[in-house]
Amino acid sequence: MPKDQGLISWKELAPGMYILEPGNSKKFKTGDWRAFRPVLDKDKCIKCGMCYILCPDICYQQDQDGFFICNLFYCKGCGICAANCPKKAITMVLEEE
Amino acid sequence: MVEIRLHGRGGQGAVTSAELIAVAAISQGDYAQAFPSFGPERRGAPVQAFARIDKNPIRSREKIYEPDVILVLDPTLPKIVNITQGLKPSGIAILNSNLPEPELRKLLHNFQGKIAVVDATKIAIEELGLPITNTTMLGAFLKATGLVSLEAIEQAITARFGRLAEKNIKALKRAIDETKIY
Amino acid sequence: MTKKFAKEVSIAVAEAVAQCKVDVISAYPITPQTHIVEHLAELVNNGELDAEYIPVESEHAAMSACIGAAATGARTFTSTSAQGLLLMYETLFIASGMRLPIVMALVNRSVSAPISIWNDHSDVMSMRDAGWIHFFAENGQQAVDLIYHAYKVAEKTLLPVAVNIDGFILSHVVEPVTFLDQNLLDKYLPPLKIKYKLDPKNPITIGAIGVPEIYTEAKKAQDEALKASYKIILQAWKDFEKLTGRKYLPVETYQMEDAEVAIVIMGSLAENAMNAVDILRAKGKKVGVVRIRLWRPFPTKDFLKAIGKVKTLCVVDRAVSHGATGGPVGIEVRSALYQSNKRPRVLNLIAGLSGRDVTKEDFVEIFEKTFETLTKKPTTPYEIYGVKE
Ligand code: SF4
Ligand code: SF4
Repeated sequence: MPKDQGLISWKELAPGMYILEPGNSKKFKTGDWRAFRPVLDKDKCIKCGMCYILCPDICYQQDQDGFFICNLFYCKGCGICAANCPKKAITMVLEEE
Repeated sequence: MVEIRLHGRGGQGAVTSAELIAVAAISQGDYAQAFPSFGPERRGAPVQAFARIDKNPIRSREKIYEPDVILVLDPTLPKIVNITQGLKPSGIAILNSNLPEPELRKLLHNFQGKIAVVDATKIAIEELGLPITNTTMLGAFLKATGLVSLEAIEQAITARFGRLAEKNIKALKRAIDETKIY
Repeated sequence: MTKKFAKEVSIAVAEAVAQCKVDVISAYPITPQTHIVEHLAELVNNGELDAEYIPVESEHAAMSACIGAAATGARTFTSTSAQGLLLMYETLFIASGMRLPIVMALVNRSVSAPISIWNDHSDVMSMRDAGWIHFFAENGQQAVDLIYHAYKVAEKTLLPVAVNIDGFILSHVVEPVTFLDQNLLDKYLPPLKIKYKLDPKNPITIGAIGVPEIYTEAKKAQDEALKASYKIILQAWKDFEKLTGRKYLPVETYQMEDAEVAIVIMGSLAENAMNAVDILRAKGKKVGVVRIRLWRPFPTKDFLKAIGKVKTLCVVDRAVSHGATGGPVGIEVRSALYQSNKRPRVLNLIAGLSGRDVTKEDFVEIFEKTFETLTKKPTTPYEIYGVKE
């Protein structure tokens, strides 16, 4: 996680509060917002990519075999992928502490 | 400082005349200002424009209320506009008219100062083919005031009118010859 | 000697902008700004100025185009007046918040209603708090010079600059102006190089969200930048003085050395006020004029120094701040005086609304009114001068 923004002095800000590091949102962990975790059943999956397209956090990446695998560092557990999977291949499972 | 108020009708070129006076004055090394009476421009409506000439830098952002010179482009204006308003008794009235002196004085509410008059409408029609009298009246202005040189005003007209300049300069020169001073 | 050109001030301003080698111009025509942008469009069209002229459908779009262009490191220009400025309003804060060095010629005009195309300062006062640097010109030469300064200052401070030019009574007057020699100007104003800009090769994010944890810091940084611009402005004026001999100060004075009463004013009507001083000085009256050239950041120290030992100040405002304790300049002046131990009386008049002439004779009368307050306190915090009862 980047430095708590509340701890940044005004003197450290770039002019205009520009963000000088490209793609720094990658560092922003949204995975810990999650209560439910998507679990994929590869037997049902037809590799259509719907989950990949619809995920609001762009969590999914295709693996070597063509399956779409979600990155739990970012997955916030919204369930959109599961709700829209045409084959009901994704199940939302309660995170265990 | 000499303050000049020009009277014309929208479209007759009063503003252009004021500008030409200022441009000529500045080019001969004097200081000058020219400006319109600000507002929507309406063709045919009586309009005013203003010019100031001085040997020193001019510092003023107000209309001219007590002119030293009035320059009236249109012969019908004195009947509908109080053109002598604020005109200094020692000032000069320059008119486009073919009337004799006593009638001019009457039109000017018995103004006792210097009057310069030329039939600019006739000259403009003969020389330009149009009753646009602004450059012709500048001839009368030159003769009556001597404030700007013929050379400076010719340059200003040439810069402004390009190939139409020649005719306008001819009209202006005729006006210099034909202007009567009372 | 530098050559004097007889130019309408608007045309002279446009030519100064062209001399500054702007890359992008975007504007929407509105009286009395029109001659400036028409002339620039003509220069671009004739190939005399190598710039992109972006015609837009509104002032909001004009400023937005300038913001986008400036963010890529382009030198930009826009110009507007009154309602146009108000339509631009939202984006004014974005330009300053994003620290973009945009230059605007603000041809001051009254804000409607009632509809008015004539001059006062009600438009600029509406953007008083928008984080722009503001210069006020009194004459054509200053309007031209302040355009040069505006680019120099904007690009050193990374803040937008507005050059205020009174509509018609200044913008539409033909008068003599001189232009800075192009070689000198090129040295004074080198090509724009911005450290942080939108560049695909080196991507950055601008205009990101400022959550509560950081918005305060961002505003503090912006405010400090505006305050720090003061020194940069002084330096830009010093450098210019070395080139031309023409001196600019945040607050300029006229006959203030021994003045008992003074008028405080911004913009071109200061000329008439100075003429009134000449009339009254000839009669032995100790009067002077304090002319605020730099409105934002407000030069409090210079102001307090400029007023010397006056007993009463008459602040002549050119806009009404409805429901406030004075005109915008009056409020500012009273606030500045609170930081000082010597506090002259303040008479605050609002005059010259919508192009109503305030002549030298009016200013003589205003000085006389000000003298009255030496013995009698003003009965109201401000009044509208010359209103027909
Ligand atoms: S939407 Fe369902 S079927 Fe399609 S790729 Fe994702 S998991 Fe597989
Ligand atoms: S649950 Fe939401 S955030 Fe997680 S992978 Fe599915 S769509 Fe993306």
